[in-house]
Amino acid sequence: MTDALLTLEGLTKAYPGVVANDSVSFAIKPGEVHALLGENGAGKSTLVKTIYGLVKPDAGRMLLNGTPFAPANPRAARAAGVAMVFQHFSLFDALSVAENVALGMDNPPGQRQLGARIREVSEAYGLPLDPDRIVGELSAGERQRVEIVRCLLQNPRLLIMDEPTSVLTPQEVDILFKTLRKLAAEGTSILYISHKLEEIRSLCEHATVLRLGQVVATCDPREKTARDLAEMMVGTALHVPEREGGETGQVLLEVKRLSLPAPGGFGTPLREISLALLSGEILGIGGVAGNGQDELLAALSGERPAPAGSIFLRQRDVSRLRPNARRALGLLAAPEERLGHAAAPEMSLTENALLTGEVREGLSSRGFIRWGKARDFAAQVIEAFDVRTPGTETAAGALSGGNLQKFVIGREILQKPDVFVVNQPTWGVDASAAAAIRQALLDLAQTGAGVVVISQDLDELMEIADHFTALNEGRLAPIRSARGLTIEEIGLMMGGAHDMDVADEDAIAEVQP
Amino acid sequence: MRIVLEKRPAPSRLMLGLTPVLAVIATMLAGGVMFWALGANPVEAIRTIFLDPLFDPTFGAYSRPQLLVKAAPLILIAIGLSLGFKAGIWNIGAEGQYIIGAVVGAGVGLAFYPTESRLIFPAMVLAGAFGGWAWAMIPAILKTRLGTNEILVSLMLVYVAENILASVASGLLKNPEGRGFPGSRNFARDYPAASNLELLPGTGMHWGVVAAFIAVIAAYALMTRHKMGFAIKLTGEAPRAARFAGVNPTRLVLFSLGTAGALAGMAGLFEVAGPAGQISIDFGSGYGFTAIIVAFLGRLHPVGILLAGLLMALTYIGGELAQLMLGMPAAAIQLFQGMLLFFLLAMDVFANYRIRIKTREAA
Repeated sequence: MTDALLTLEGLTKAYPGVVANDSVSFAIKPGEVHALLGENGAGKSTLVKTIYGLVKPDAGRMLLNGTPFAPANPRAARAAGVAMVFQHFSLFDALSVAENVALGMDNPPGQRQLGARIREVSEAYGLPLDPDRIVGELSAGERQRVEIVRCLLQNPRLLIMDEPTSVLTPQEVDILFKTLRKLAAEGTSILYISHKLEEIRSLCEHATVLRLGQVVATCDPREKTARDLAEMMVGTALHVPEREGGETGQVLLEVKRLSLPAPGGFGTPLREISLALLSGEILGIGGVAGNGQDELLAALSGERPAPAGSIFLRQRDVSRLRPNARRALGLLAAPEERLGHAAAPEMSLTENALLTGEVREGLSSRGFIRWGKARDFAAQVIEAFDVRTPGTETAAGALSGGNLQKFVIGREILQKPDVFVVNQPTWGVDASAAAAIRQALLDLAQTGAGVVVISQDLDELMEIADHFTALNEGRLAPIRSARGLTIEEIGLMMGGAHDMDVADEDAIAEVQP
Repeated sequence: MRIVLEKRPAPSRLMLGLTPVLAVIATMLAGGVMFWALGANPVEAIRTIFLDPLFDPTFGAYSRPQLLVKAAPLILIAIGLSLGFKAGIWNIGAEGQYIIGAVVGAGVGLAFYPTESRLIFPAMVLAGAFGGWAWAMIPAILKTRLGTNEILVSLMLVYVAENILASVASGLLKNPEGRGFPGSRNFARDYPAASNLELLPGTGMHWGVVAAFIAVIAAYALMTRHKMGFAIKLTGEAPRAARFAGVNPTRLVLFSLGTAGALAGMAGLFEVAGPAGQISIDFGSGYGFTAIIVAFLGRLHPVGILLAGLLMALTYIGGELAQLMLGMPAAAIQLFQGMLLFFLLAMDVFANYRIRIKTREAA
């Protein structure tokens, strides 16, 4: 492979308890747009951090133009011609474009000269930028341009882009792709990280698919269907269980055209989300991370108030209610991040039981906490959900991921919710705990509650969900019956191929009268 | 060979308890060097600051009661500050709230001069608390409505408060019988009903000391038993979990800044009506800033603050003694107190990190 720009040979990186990269080998040719494809946690980030000098591999080596390449830090990587645009921007809002660009350069020229260069380069690549504008006033797409132009000024031979389109509008994506194609035509190699199938099919000539840290496939994405790529990404063992839809009754939760702007700079806006959840129903919401999952959960739990008239619980508008008011009415939630969101890691399980159980379990009276009752409630959760812990006074952070997740889920289920919204119920949880949690969710639905399960684990959703939909860039795909759904359809719903909508209107009509 | 700091998996509880003690020892050492450089005997200087105020046969009788007099405002203010600090709300402007509390409380008292009603002193205390509360509401409301930084706003309002103090001391509240000198009537001398005198002679115990003890107990109950204390703790430890739990950040900001302001205002009133005696241009004595040190030295824990307040009061009195006996400049004493916070924060590194000596760098 002498003609390759960058060759990776057997790169391995292990963290305590997980092998992030397991002898990963592939090569990137000059002028190639190379896709790195994989689910969250597949090891994509670790791999590109290795190339960019942020992570040192445990084993294996890299060759750049045939010579060994082991950057000690990003500066060394940049000096060798490797540039990276991160998923999260590293820009100072209060500074101008030119000042920000200068800050990221190792040897910045004078401001006036730099300004002229920025104008020149940005226009040459169809990314017009005014060097004197303050970054705080720019849109997400324009901010990304700043990052890209900063990289281009260094004349990179390899440009790494980590999920570049997650913050862009479709129009901005088109512009970005034109730029990338032009760069590739000029001989710059691009390593493009994404889990958006359609993007990769339209942009990349070569794809390396990672699963659980290993290279599981390489292909030319233009010759594959979205279904092929999805199967490579999630593994072919995507079994669709025979599950009768349970007894469903009246509408418990109804979301009507819920739109919310992105929280802060990096979130995903929610766009016109509508759904109806019946009693006894489990609605599975798939989709790759960062497509609005956290935002949807925050809107439903009440962490972020929604516009009036967008969220209804038993026909009652709860959009403006705060979390505890919603809990009182029976709408409970469990967020994805266990440590620091669903639970406070340094506080005891008793305190963490109080965290959401105060209202429904009567753990306070006239403002004063009833610690005895809180302790009893924590003990009940531990008992009922087989949480392995020395006792109720153990810090939540000291529990293993699976045990803490059982505690978090159990804490809500024992409060007998009418509607339970859970994000990533079994993320990073061992198989037996995951099975117990799924069973608990099925049992909860059996009692007549409605359950919304947001997950990136398609197997999980197919196993427990009655209906399926997917979040893509803050939009919800049309809700379909989970029975008989093919992997291709799921892949397309997740990848946001919106032309699906037209073709499948009949199927939608079946489940959404 | 290299010395590296290695992050501990969990903060060491031993070190958390030990760092205040280590910081005091380090301050004594570094302070000793400073005093030596200023030409004093370091051992004598440290003894003068820490031991003489309590045990010296000549000065002890005067300085022992001063311990409570100086500690009371520090503890009262630090207790209020600790609530916000625990939740990550940084009120740096207690000095301003202290001054405005004194001005408003004294103003109410002076307005009814020379009444002998027994209600006047309680009314002044309430007015003082109100003044401090209102002054703290400025950064609180600006923060919750406009997202301003409470550190900057509360700090800048200290300077506004100092100018208001200077203005009323030589204008609105000036003693009409003071022969034109700036400063209000003296509560302690001329206005018995409105004065905050020693409750037990020779102890330094005044109403401010009582209030400080009540504040310590109330803060302890709030933090361990009440929902609001739980919300404060949760917000400080895991802000996202706090939002998920339903803690209202706006209410938390208003509560913690308001409480800190009210307690600082009360402290100001107790001071102006007692130990200070009158509103004067130099009334602001830095208690509001020193209380920040006290709050951290006490690990933001009510009982810790009680002990830290007493220790800090000791350095105040000992510092005055050192000025008197050894001719140390006042700035040296302030430096000494500043060192205490510096060392405390520096020592905190060891709670979260441990020192490892690496003999050889692995490739």
